[in-house]
Amino acid sequence: MASVTSDMPRLGEYLYYRHALPVRLMHWINVFALTILLMSGLSIFNAHPALYWGKSSYTGAPPILVIDAKEGGELGVVGRTRVFGHEFDTTGVLGVSMDASGEPSLRGFPWWATIPDNQWLSMARSWHFFFAWVLLVNGLAYVAYSAASRHLVRDLSPDRDDWRSFAQSVKDHLRLRHPSGEAARRYNVLQKLAYLVVIFVLVPLIVLMGVAMSPWMNSVYPGWVDLFGGRQSARTLHFVAAWLLVAFVLVHVFEVFVSGLWNHLRSMITGRYRIRQEKSHERHA
Amino acid sequence: MNGTHEARRRFLSRAVVAAGTLLVAGCERLSRSEWFPKVLGAGETASAAVARAVTSRKSMAQEFAESERSPTFRSNGTAAPDSDTYRGLAAGGFAEYRLEVGGLVAQPARFSLAELRALPSRTQITRHDCVEGWSAIAKWKGARLAAVLEAVRPKPEARFAVFYCADPMGEEGADLYYESIDLEDAYHPQTVLAYEMNDAALPIANGAPLRLRVERQLGYKHAKYVMRIELVESFAQIAGGKGGYWEDRGYQWFAGI
Repeated sequence: MASVTSDMPRLGEYLYYRHALPVRLMHWINVFALTILLMSGLSIFNAHPALYWGKSSYTGAPPILVIDAKEGGELGVVGRTRVFGHEFDTTGVLGVSMDASGEPSLRGFPWWATIPDNQWLSMARSWHFFFAWVLLVNGLAYVAYSAASRHLVRDLSPDRDDWRSFAQSVKDHLRLRHPSGEAARRYNVLQKLAYLVVIFVLVPLIVLMGVAMSPWMNSVYPGWVDLFGGRQSARTLHFVAAWLLVAFVLVHVFEVFVSGLWNHLRSMITGRYRIRQEKSHERHA
Repeated sequence: MNGTHEARRRFLSRAVVAAGTLLVAGCERLSRSEWFPKVLGAGETASAAVARAVTSRKSMAQEFAESERSPTFRSNGTAAPDSDTYRGLAAGGFAEYRLEVGGLVAQPARFSLAELRALPSRTQITRHDCVEGWSAIAKWKGARLAAVLEAVRPKPEARFAVFYCADPMGEEGADLYYESIDLEDAYHPQTVLAYEMNDAALPIANGAPLRLRVERQLGYKHAKYVMRIELVESFAQIAGGKGGYWEDRGYQWFAGI
């Protein structure tokens, strides 16, 4: 949110330079990298569609999550997902889904959610590890830029007013009411916190849990992975963090839709965000 | 105004579906191209370089307590090699088994199981991480590969140890499993030729009579049914030239990630 303020007309609208070029560029690199990482990650998950808690997969305790198939149903096979002992029929999406030619196939996540679309573990790993570097380098560049340009302090850190408006902001979000006029120039407190959690908690966690799955990196300091419950716990946390990022993206895109899709899209492409100044109500009173 | 909104919304939802289809189809084409996997390979090369840079030659894999061993140790890949030679050896309790060690060495040798058991050994409880994603913990006892190498005295030009196995792979069974590691890994204190698992003779399902344990790497590096070790300068001329059965089929030679 670099501030460039041209001569403001008192009434009507003006375009405000909201996002600096590096932020826009890094935002779209993230969109691309995270999409590939999610889909290639689901492809890797499909090689062993089960999650565990602990140092190994075989501890005597059952898995936390299993996606598999059993005989039955109209197709002859039923997709089955078990989470914490609760079983769900997920035919069509998880366990059993239609392949590209419409035939039922046995796989964790369906072909349209994975890269590559067929079960090809070595290729999925190649995609995943390449874009992991893209995400990491882009993320470090973003944090460095944001600190140096004061984007972090100026636009993302909640100030005292933000904390005071916390309850109000929650109410506003629930009612889908969004700031207008000059107030729309700033991020609101929930928005700031969501971005900070993603940047400083979720993304670092998912990267670290990815590293924790590497047997070679485990030897940097034998046992460090146990701080997160062990290697299989790290794999589970990696998976959970991925879906929390998906949840963030869904809410993010939803908020973009309900608070002015084209205005937001323009500002993330050209940088310019339109502010509609509010007419004073007193005049009509 | 509503009409425009409706049109925009329709345009947008179509754009999302089109972008998704394009993404999946595009990735598929790129995966099958000649050049793109090489570009992607840069990521794995960078990961391997960083992994080696932040660890030392002697950095150790984590070891576990007896109580943390998995109740059953999963068998993956070959469960019983489908060859007459192997069946013959197994029927005789591997009494006729000899591990051949040759290639770029001063003194090629053959080791019976009794001779391997007489070499300096190491016992370790380690975690086996499969490339598929699962892990299992077991106790291994085996001859230190370093001790085997000291007996045969590798020549200075030797850079890799290649492990030739007894298990025929694939539907045709034409290719035998093989793997390779560099000498740095070969001399690592935790690198052993295991003949025992969980205080008993190594079961056939887990690689009897001898399997490699190279603890800082993924499961496919841990060759089972090892029959022969060859020291080489390069593995470019062996089988598919990538240094292992799975490497020839697209998996990374450095399996530390």
